[in-house]
Amino acid sequence: MNTYVDLFLTFARIGGFTFGGGYAMLPMIIKECVDKKGWATEDEIMDYFAIGQCTPGVIAVNTATFVGSKIAGPIGGVVATLGVVAPCWVIITIIALFIRNFAQYEVVQHALAGITVAVLALVLNAVIKLGKKSIPSLAAGILCALVFILSLVVKVPAAWLIIFSGIAGVVYSKLAGKMNRTSEKEDK
Amino acid sequence: MIYLKLFFEYFKIGLFSVGGGLATLPFIYELQSKYPTWFTLNDITNMIAVSESTPGPMGVNMATYVGNLVGGLPGGIIATLGLVAPSIIVIEIVAHFLKKFKDSPIVEAAMTGLRPASLALVCVATVSVAKAAIFRTELYEKTGVLLDFFDFRHIILAVILFVMMRKTNIHPIFYIIIAAAIGIILEF
Repeated sequence: MNTYVDLFLTFARIGGFTFGGGYAMLPMIIKECVDKKGWATEDEIMDYFAIGQCTPGVIAVNTATFVGSKIAGPIGGVVATLGVVAPCWVIITIIALFIRNFAQYEVVQHALAGITVAVLALVLNAVIKLGKKSIPSLAAGILCALVFILSLVVKVPAAWLIIFSGIAGVVYSKLAGKMNRTSEKEDK
Repeated sequence: MIYLKLFFEYFKIGLFSVGGGLATLPFIYELQSKYPTWFTLNDITNMIAVSESTPGPMGVNMATYVGNLVGGLPGGIIATLGLVAPSIIVIEIVAHFLKKFKDSPIVEAAMTGLRPASLALVCVATVSVAKAAIFRTELYEKTGVLLDFFDFRHIILAVILFVMMRKTNIHPIFYIIIAAAIGIILEF
């Protein structure tokens, strides 16, 4: 299949079955882009999510642009993004035209309550899978816990936490490098 | 020219709303007070309900809805394109530099900080999904009975789905559809 068509259809599938915004999309993106297509690694997806927090726009769109651009260049980025938004556009247009009280139907609310439970299980499953990869060391674990608390309890904006963590990564690697060098000297 | 205005307004929203879909909400209220004839405050409430109960990123859903109210079918497309255009431009540039400096030790070090932070933010999102999926905070605050805090039917479904996910490798879409069906049948 043509790469552009493949990108468009894959991201349309992701956009069409994600309920609840950016992070709910993570399990779907990993299934489609990492497991099925091999378009990106889990590490790369986490990088895209992190960068998507500090750049303008919706995270889901940012991630789609990243993956598309990696696979098929700038046009790939545009095609993947159009894929993510296409199902939204069709569904919302139908609702806006014909069924404006869509959200008030009891059937819709029951279905949505069920879906929210599935999303919880899916995201939890993704967190466990990713945890093994994203936290390779004790220092990474401490950073993860720190960011979690700062975001959940202190409500520090996500963009600031991401920038802080990037700097922390650089500082930590410099310090670790220095310590390695001094210990090598001591060995001599 | 209403389409041009719509595109321009949504381009601004896409450029200045950093983070998830809810970040676009304040801008939509602003838009309403700037152009009161486009849509009403009541429309916004309905839009939020619809966007939350349909698949896809919330920001994109809201954009399509606003565009539809303002300019019919083409309006929906134009507003959505306006919203995603800044993301596409910024991410294409970031992706380009990321490719170029992929092997730079500083970028690599920054990424080792980003990944744990990204995971932490996913965990924070998981907490808010859990609140909506299996806890009944409002009922508990009203009654003060601890048992009211837990929604046991939802918890049982979450555990069953989670165990299935750990044991098998079925596509996330399957769980979304099954959970929606269970939600409707058992009137969640």
